[in-house]
Amino acid sequence: MPFKRYVEIGRVALVNYGKDYGRLVVIVDVIDQNRALVDAPDMVRGQMNFKRLSLTDIKIDIPRLPKKKSLIAAMEAADVKNKWENSSWGRKLIVQKRRASLNDFDRFKVMLARIKRGGAIQQELAKLKKQNAS
Amino acid sequence: MGNFRFHQYQVVGRALPTPSDEHPKIYRMKLWATNEVRAKSKFWYFLSKLKKVKKSNGQVLAINEWLSSHLPRFLVALVSLIFERKPTKIKNYGIWLRYQSRTGYHNMYKEYRDTTLNGAVEHMYNEMASRHRVRYHCIQIIKTATIPAKLCKRESTKQFHDSKIKFPLVFKKVRPPTRKLKTTYKASRPNLFM
Repeated sequence: MPFKRYVEIGRVALVNYGKDYGRLVVIVDVIDQNRALVDAPDMVRGQMNFKRLSLTDIKIDIPRLPKKKSLIAAMEAADVKNKWENSSWGRKLIVQKRRASLNDFDRFKVMLARIKRGGAIQQELAKLKKQNAS
Repeated sequence: MGNFRFHQYQVVGRALPTPSDEHPKIYRMKLWATNEVRAKSKFWYFLSKLKKVKKSNGQVLAINEWLSSHLPRFLVALVSLIFERKPTKIKNYGIWLRYQSRTGYHNMYKEYRDTTLNGAVEHMYNEMASRHRVRYHCIQIIKTATIPAKLCKRESTKQFHDSKIKFPLVFKKVRPPTRKLKTTYKASRPNLFM
């Protein structure tokens, strides 16, 4: 299979290890084979090893080493935040975060909701079975 | 970008004043060491090779660390002597060194791409240790310089001088986000495709 996600200037990546875990960053320049200069609106531009980055499908259009303001403008223009939150990967991460932050009462409510949903599915299934049998 | 093993120091020293020489010449050296004590020791090592002065008949006048920082542009101009000017800019560093191998001394010129000089020097020490089995005390840094892209000599640095650089990451190492979550056995096989 050919590769679809490349390390390139403007590639949006997710940090998957270390202090900035979970943050979306933009690859702003490549230092050498293992490291990239990486930037995000709320962090100081810094270098990061590729081993700590998971490349996403999102790519924005920036020149090499943009100023912080133009980086933020380009991210707004490409609507990175919304694209990420609507992508299946981004949605899964949001759900994981939500589930991890539930307290006991929330989990009780989830249990009740699942039972209710299961009951509704069984009712519909019973109806369909009856139709099929008759 | 903070934790460097090798710090750059500026050491200033001279021979002690004697009745025959009231104002001996003052010498300044910039060198790399892990701490100040080692920096002073290295200073005397080099100086006694160059001039007729030893630690016992000389004095260190000043020792300062050459730091890298995130100072904004206008402040950097003020303290440009002491701080690394732009630690977010990638530079090509050329390092000239003299090292001792098992059979003799050799000179070498190496190039590194890095954001800071301290990072490049640390990279150099690691690389010399791995590729040539040369340890810290057998390496003397003759000169370091920031090289503009046109004058770089090594293909491995020149291949990154591409404004439209693009390459895939071929192998994704699957690892847990913290070492705490590391387990010997996993429920499913990893997906190594990026």
